[in-house]
Amino acid sequence: MHSLLSSPQLAEALDVLSRTALTDIWETFYSTVLATFFAYVIGLPLGILLVTGEKNGIRPLPGAVMQILNVIINLLRSVPFLILMIMVIPLSRAILGTSIGTLATTIPLVVAAFPFVARLVESSLREVDAGVIEAALSMGASPMQVVLKVILPESLPSLISGATIALTTILGYGAMAGIIGGGGLGRTAINYGYYRYKYLIMLGAVVLLVIMVQIFQSVGTRLAIKCDKRITQKTRRKRRS
Amino acid sequence: MIEIRDLSKDFPVDGELFRALDHVNIRIEDGSIFGVIGMSGAGKSTLVRCINLLERPTEGAVLIDGKDLTQMTPSELRMQRRSISMIFQQFNLLMQKTCLKNICFPMEIAGVPGAKAKARAQELLEIVGLPDKANAYPAQLSGGQKQRIAIARALASDPKVLLCDEATSALDPNTTRAILRLIKDINRRMGITVVVITHEMAVIEEICTEVAILDGGKVVETGSVERVFSNPQTEAARRLVYPDGVPSEDGGRKVIRIAFNGGTAEKPIIASLAIDCGIKANIMAADTRSIDGKAFGTMLLGLPEDPADYAKAIAYLKKQSNVELEEVSDYHA
Repeated sequence: MHSLLSSPQLAEALDVLSRTALTDIWETFYSTVLATFFAYVIGLPLGILLVTGEKNGIRPLPGAVMQILNVIINLLRSVPFLILMIMVIPLSRAILGTSIGTLATTIPLVVAAFPFVARLVESSLREVDAGVIEAALSMGASPMQVVLKVILPESLPSLISGATIALTTILGYGAMAGIIGGGGLGRTAINYGYYRYKYLIMLGAVVLLVIMVQIFQSVGTRLAIKCDKRITQKTRRKRRS
Repeated sequence: MIEIRDLSKDFPVDGELFRALDHVNIRIEDGSIFGVIGMSGAGKSTLVRCINLLERPTEGAVLIDGKDLTQMTPSELRMQRRSISMIFQQFNLLMQKTCLKNICFPMEIAGVPGAKAKARAQELLEIVGLPDKANAYPAQLSGGQKQRIAIARALASDPKVLLCDEATSALDPNTTRAILRLIKDINRRMGITVVVITHEMAVIEEICTEVAILDGGKVVETGSVERVFSNPQTEAARRLVYPDGVPSEDGGRKVIRIAFNGGTAEKPIIASLAIDCGIKANIMAADTRSIDGKAFGTMLLGLPEDPADYAKAIAYLKKQSNVELEEVSDYHA
């Protein structure tokens, strides 16, 4: 412990981190946000279908379709991310021409995250009071109007909370992408900590990851509370403190 | 006019079909306030949902001004629903939207331009007596205020029919009366036909002109409120009209009056009568109070007609201290 904190190691760690940290943070940030965005592009409609397509949903789909959808989602969610990253290498090559680099690692991130996002969206949408949907139907709303004007706006706070969970989870997965040549804080942590035993540098990278998760989480929580109109001024003050 | 013709609805329950509505026939005249009353589980809510086809009937037809809703395509049905509004026990307002936006909602669905919808919504807020709540969110309102907003929303599409599904059941008696007055007022001023679903007699008495009594999915009695309530013909109707202490029709009961003159209130006489003698007494009316731990007042008990049981009960009651009893020979409800 003493040798770890003795000045040459510390000086080296600070030197490495000061050179890499800004790029690392940026790479982690943009790959996370990009992957989350595309995970929602696929996962949000799937989550909506999971709710509206049920037997008692507002636009029932054939049972077989729902079953296939569920199997695919569960299948993808049960493959460990480390394995999935390797499995989708051909896909990354097909789409981007390469499987190495920060951008290329967003492909396995999206593949891993969209089924998770679909489930998050599903559970948010299920929170919407069935009575409110019934009221909209009784006014003559079409299934599309019910989704766009009732279900999504009514579950917005919960969707934002879900997106925060997705963002922080994808950030965690993204750190693993260092192993297959992705960039970001994860790469620095793995390259220095795992391959070269420079624990102090790894620790520094991890601290930066933790700070990023904290920021994402608190911004997300605040946003979710702020846009929830079920919460009156009084309860809002209580929840924040 | 709303005509419900030979309507039945089955629900699958544990693999079997449960008949929630059984060949229901109802005619509701334009401009009337029609009540449907029944105990919980009688099929009231299913019936009202069949009127706008939120529930699709298994058999039968629902005609509004001669047009059969069950034969309509989904888009025709959506158009038709704009003229049939509905309010609910739990209000079902959009919690993330302001009151004004809630009232604009049916107009938004129908494609009414925003400015026009807003102006109309403000008018409706005046009608329901909440002009200052335009920018409030439902979470900031009381139950009665929420129902007023729901009523304003229901009126936004200029409906011909207003369906009220237990609309006052979550409200206290005073608020209930105020909401019922509002509904009655709307019915008079705008000529909207109102269908009221309730389990409360008071609601029917307060505003309805016609009533149908629903029991076990069947309409057992229907007609004007005065006629049905003054002379209920069926057991189900009598249960509703005299919710506490009905002169039971079995005739196999004798009635006695017992007076408590300060016996200990802790001693449960009626319960011990059942346990000690195995006699089930029916409390038909009671006015007792406990003063300083002692029971005072009178109670009307229905006892079995079987002479042996009757004698046993009388003997048992006579043994109790501070209890006097007399037979009531000419008991009428």
